[in-house]
This record gives sequence, structure tokens and C-alpha cells, in this order.
Amino acid sequence: MTDIPAGSMPVPATQGAPATKVRGYWGNVWNKLRYDPVTLFCMGLILLIILSAVFAPWLAPLDPEKSSMANRLRPIGHPKFLLGTDEQGRDILSRLLYGGRVSLMMGIVPVVFATLIGGAFGIIAGYYGGKVNMVIMRTMDVFFAFPSVLLAVAIAGSLGGGIGNQMLTLTVVLIPPICRVAETATSQVRSLDFVDAARASGASTLSILFTHVLINVLSPVLVYASTLVSISIILAAGLSFLGLGVSPPTADWGLMLSTLRQAIYVQPLVTALPGIAILITSIAFNLVSDGLRQAMDVKA
Amino acid sequence: MWMYALRRLIMTIPILLGVTIICFALVQLAPGDPVQNLVRPDATPEQIAALRAYYGLDQPIVIQYVLWLWRVLGGDFGMSISTNLPVAAEVMRAFGNTIVIALISVVGAFIASLVLGTIAATRQGGIVDRLVTAIAVFGISVPTFWLAVVLVIIFAVNLNWLPATGMGTSGSDDFNYLDWNDFKFAVMPIIALALPPLAIMTRTTRSSLSEVLNQDFIQTLRAKGLSEFSIIVHAIRNIMPAAIAMLGLQLGYLIGGSVLVETVFTWPGTGFLLNKAILARDIPLLQGTILLLATVFVLINLLVDLVQSLVDPRIKRI
Repeated sequence: MTDIPAGSMPVPATQGAPATKVRGYWGNVWNKLRYDPVTLFCMGLILLIILSAVFAPWLAPLDPEKSSMANRLRPIGHPKFLLGTDEQGRDILSRLLYGGRVSLMMGIVPVVFATLIGGAFGIIAGYYGGKVNMVIMRTMDVFFAFPSVLLAVAIAGSLGGGIGNQMLTLTVVLIPPICRVAETATSQVRSLDFVDAARASGASTLSILFTHVLINVLSPVLVYASTLVSISIILAAGLSFLGLGVSPPTADWGLMLSTLRQAIYVQPLVTALPGIAILITSIAFNLVSDGLRQAMDVKA
Repeated sequence: MWMYALRRLIMTIPILLGVTIICFALVQLAPGDPVQNLVRPDATPEQIAALRAYYGLDQPIVIQYVLWLWRVLGGDFGMSISTNLPVAAEVMRAFGNTIVIALISVVGAFIASLVLGTIAATRQGGIVDRLVTAIAVFGISVPTFWLAVVLVIIFAVNLNWLPATGMGTSGSDDFNYLDWNDFKFAVMPIIALALPPLAIMTRTTRSSLSEVLNQDFIQTLRAKGLSEFSIIVHAIRNIMPAAIAMLGLQLGYLIGGSVLVETVFTWPGTGFLLNKAILARDIPLLQGTILLLATVFVLINLLVDLVQSLVDPRIKRI
């Protein structure tokens, strides 16, 4: 990625900085991001994808779920169907716009839930140490014994398809890695002098956790969580591809790719489209999280 | 060394137990009465009752788990609902097909990543370096099943060079990887599997190698008059332990994560078996396959740690 541009000061490490300087830190982060064209471009792209998903009902030229046998498998560039039609004659462009809703939701909702739950467990494990740490982290280790795709397929395969089960599955899959990052960051912070000082001056555990620990654990956890968004989108698309996602008439990029596969010899280009949508979205999220990491000065 | 190996071995046991607990819980997780998930839909009430007694399904859950674990240790993974064959035999046969293409992919990706990563690290900012950065972003962002579909579009539909799916006429039992007529079926699955590990390993090689090249001992080597080539050899020796760890981890991910690629190519490995289990809601088959794959993943990680402590004398973990 790009070098630090001249004129912007290197961000001082937050660890040990008093809480009042926090606003200055975020100011610095933004200052760095402002000079990072790749990240800015990808942020714009994500905004565009979000807007097109939100406004899909107005943007989509046709009903995404209305099939028409007469118009099956039209090519790209057809006057009525700009990006062609699928094996049931449904408009691809409309389905892509609507499908973005499911994909974005699958990228963001499980990551938010997993960050809240995994982060809480990680901070508790890191702060209390000892037996609490052992119980929590050894449980997480068991989940690390599964490659993430396999764990997702195992849970979703048992629960069965459906959007709720898919979100539940992804949340469970994402909790252990976030928990581990939060635990590492917390156990580094809790032995620092200012935490001891707060404890010595009589601060309660809760107030130490919220005013001193959380603020310092936040940036590594957030940066890490941002890398998980694209992973979550790809995992969700994979589950849908296997038939473990939304139920059929609903538009979803992974499911579209799966059903269009039978048309691969008729309309190969149309078949590739939903995957391109997934790819662009996940590249954009990946590059933004790379940019965030550099701007927030967090080591991978 | 031996103490470390022993300790590491003992540490693996609770992890494996945890894996079995999760796999056991999969049946409980499935909606409905567990016994309905374990028998064919057309089973008679007598058969269901017999199975219930045999599996001890009227016992407390802990006893059920112990009974199940005992059967699994004896190699009995239950019966597949869709084929009515023992799950263990099906999984083992499929596993052979998966491990071979996963090994070829990961070793190929490993060698390519060392070459690309070294060129990128020594000529930072050059063409190869930029290409490597691009491949790295692409490789971690691309959905592998889409990549697989695109490969089919290019090489099977448009160019007609390679067969789109399957394993050919010879089937899985006498598939000969050295015969092109058989091997051509494996080419696209191998490429689709290899790209993500290639991207990740190249990026890691580049960053760890450029870190080593900035260390003082490299200056010393240069001052002593070593050629650039032997300096790089020294540097690569330093990143080898980390690189081997990476190789093992990626192999584990491929074996466990090949479900999507194998589904696209209908490659009859464990991933395709998982897909069949999902479609048929064949919970015993799903459970048995996952149990085997997770166990293999844990064992690979164990092996990686042991090999790493062997090749890296700096690791003195007691």
C-alpha cells in the first residue's frame, strides 16, 4: 500500500496515553486516511454498493423474483435485460441489486454480533487471567481445531438452510478469532502502569474495564473485525452456494452463482456475474481494512 | 526436544476431545428428534426402536456421548442415511481423493510463493512486487467457487482443453495421477485450490524475508563479500521454520475447506461428500466427514509444531 505521505505526523501509540487524547488519535487516523487514495476509492465503492442495495427497489428495472419462461438466458446487453437473464428468465441486474442486500447484511451483522460477544469474552479472559482465562480460551481453542469453512458447513449443515441459521452460523464461526485478538490486547494492557494506578486509586473493576481497558483494546479489535467483513461475505456466499442460505426465490449472489451453473455452456459470461459482484465487494472491504490498519497503526 | 514433543502430544488430547464433543453436538443441533436424523425416512417403528436402544438414545446425554465416542474409536461412524453404507468406509475412500489434490496444490503453491516472494522482497517496488501485491489481494478476496466456475468457463467451455467435471471414466479406485488422460480431470481443481494459499504464502514470504534482509547479519555477510545469491540463501534459511508452519496450516485449510471447489468440479473427495450430505440431509455422513477432517486438521497442526521445533534450533520450548 502507499507510504505515509509527507506532512502527516506519525500517530503515537495509544497504549499508555491518557483517555483525553483519544479524540486527537481519531483525528490523526482520519488525517492519514485522507491522503490514501486507494482506501478512499474503496470506501466510495462500498458506499456505492450499500446505496445500491438500500435503494434496490427504486434502482432495479424489473421485479427480481418474477420469472418468465419466454425470456430465459438472455445475453448481456439485451435491450430489456441489461445484464441478461437467468435460467428462469429473471433479470440479472435487478437480482444483483437485491442480492447485495443479503450479502452486505451477511458481511456486517455476524461481524457486529461476533465482535460484541467475542470481544466481551476476550476482555474478560484477558483481564481476569487465571482459571477464567483458561476456561474461555481453551474452549475457543477447540473451535480453532476446525478450518472456518468446515465449521460453517458443519453448523449450517446441521441447522439447515435459512437466513437466520446462516447468520447464527457465521457469528459462531467468527467469535473465536475475535476473542483471541481481544484477549491478547487486554492482557497486554492490564499489566501497564496506568491500570495499576487506577486500581491503586480505588477505581472499581467495571470502571477500569470501561474507561481504561476498552479504549485501548478497541482499535486492534476493530481493525481485526474489519478484516472479517469480507471473510464473512465470502463464507455466506459459499453457504448459499451449497444451498444453506436464503430460500430460492430470494436473490442472493451465492445462490445465483449456484443456479446459473447449469447455464454455463449457454451463457458463460452471465454465469460469472454474481461472482464478480462478490469479488468486488470483498476486495473493497479488504483494501479498506488494510488502509484502516495502516492509519490506526495496528500491527497485524 | 522429546519432552516438548510429549507435552505437545498431551496438549492435543483435550483438543481432540473437544472436537468430538462438537461433532457429537451436531446431531443434537439438527432440528427434530435426534433419532429421526439418524435413520432413513422409511424406517419402521421397530427399526427405530432397535436403533434407539443400540445408540442408547434413552440414556442421559453424557452417557450417549460416551457410547458414541466408544463406537467412533472403534471405527464405527454409523450408517449413511442416503446410501445405507457405513460412513467410515465412504469417508476414507473420499479422503484419499481430497488429500492428493490438496497436497499437490499446497506444495505447488509453496514453491511458487517462495520464488515470487523472494523476487518481490529483493526487488521491492518492481514489476513482480506489484504483481505479488495484486495477486495477494485478489487471492484472499476471491470466492474459490467462483474462481472454479471461471476456470470451467475458460478451459472447458471456451478452449475445450480440460474436462469440466468429474474424475473420468476410470473412477476413483484406479485413477492414475501419472496418466494425463486421468490427471487432466485434476488440473482445474488443483489450480482453483492453489490460488488462495499461493496469495497468502507469497505475501508472508515477502514480508518476513524483507524483515530478515534488514537485519544486521545480512550487512555482515555482505561486508564479508558474499554474493547476493548466497545472502538470499542465508535469509531464506531464516524464514524456513515460519514458512513450513504456513505450509502445514494451509494444507489443513485446503483439506477442510475444499467443499466448494470439489462441489463445482464434482471431484469425489470429502468436500463433495459433505455437499451430498447437506443435500440429502444425511446427518451421520455429515458428522463422520467433519469428524475426520477436523481430526486431520488437528494432527497436521501437531505435526507442523513438531517439525518446526526440529528444524529451528532457536525454538527451545521446554
